[in-house]
Amino acid sequence: MHVVYPVVVSALLFSIGVYGVLARRNAILVLMSVELMLNAVNLNLVVFDIWLRDRLHGGQVLTLFIIVIAAAEVGLGLAIVLSVFRNRRTIDIDRLRDLTERDLIGPGPDAPVGSDPGPDGPLGSGPDTPVGSGPGPAGAPPGDSPDPGPADPPAPGSEGGAVLDRSEAG
Amino acid sequence: MTSQVPDLWPPTGQEVVFLLLGVVALGSALLVVTTRQLVHAALWLVVCFGALAGGYLVLTAEFVAWVQVLIYVGAIVVLLLFGIMLTRAPIGRSADLDSGNRAAAVLVAVATAAVLVTVVVQGFATAYTPLEPGGGAAGALGSSIFRSWVLPFEALSVLLLAALIGAIVLSRTDIGGPSRVTDSPGSDPSPDGTGSDPEGGSGSEPRSDQETGSDGVSRNGG
Repeated sequence: MHVVYPVVVSALLFSIGVYGVLARRNAILVLMSVELMLNAVNLNLVVFDIWLRDRLHGGQVLTLFIIVIAAAEVGLGLAIVLSVFRNRRTIDIDRLRDLTERDLIGPGPDAPVGSDPGPDGPLGSGPDTPVGSGPGPAGAPPGDSPDPGPADPPAPGSEGGAVLDRSEAG
Repeated sequence: MTSQVPDLWPPTGQEVVFLLLGVVALGSALLVVTTRQLVHAALWLVVCFGALAGGYLVLTAEFVAWVQVLIYVGAIVVLLLFGIMLTRAPIGRSADLDSGNRAAAVLVAVATAAVLVTVVVQGFATAYTPLEPGGGAAGALGSSIFRSWVLPFEALSVLLLAALIGAIVLSRTDIGGPSRVTDSPGSDPSPDGTGSDPEGGSGSEPRSDQETGSDGVSRNGG
């Protein structure tokens, strides 16, 4: 067996996994693509173990370990995905953008997907400054509710979702 | 490794079988990342993992092949299907499974494939090994695990326990911290937030004021 054939298959499988991680929006599909990448690595390990005739079988043992770690990773990843779904009612990765600063600029989460918001930051600094300084004082005036207003729609969903799920679990 | 290396192109029978399995694996993997139906992606993942297990069998790694069938096909895909069902995914075709940066993803993936295949073909063009059965059997692999790799094995069992506990804590709602972790410590971290506040019965008017304040802070943060 030439080593080239399995290794090329592994490289192509890894590239397909990279495409899936980058191009998919659903979080579970991203997890599946991560599994594809892990399987590419497993195939590499097995092939090199057989090629090098490792006396300790390091490659195959490490493959077994990676399979176990992948099982743990999928379990934890799905728990995180379910927690996100319970709080946000969506697992769309493009819409989970709480850690970005664009939500403070525009309320629509779908608008800046196509257009590059990079130059939008320094250019639109005029209307930005009151909103951008909002997290600085950390919401000191409680009557400042119009500012987090555009970010509100997940929050009632999260309350309703939490209550609903708790009623389901209870 | 050996002195005389057979030519690359007329592949032997083992290599033909492996290449067919590899084509099946690659095709089903491509369908996993391009299909429009979420459940079909998980089922194509079964085909991909099964073909890879067949490839392990051809490569004489029998134990890894059966572990692959048991854990990947048997456990992980079922877990992914449960995740699909629990997130109330649409069953039929859904048009929004692909992100907006699909062209960039194609570019990055093609570049990755080009670089990897070029390097690998140039690096291992003459690497050859005859396949001898028995090297990856359960006996040899088991003795290797429990002689040389005992410490990683035990560490891995601890990791599995930690992942088990973590998954339980993450997925249950009545244990662990409150769902809003951004609450300030002054506010009451009752898991229900505003509702069902039995212990804070003193002073209704400032209490409600504090509740709205903490609520505004938590929404701003979260």
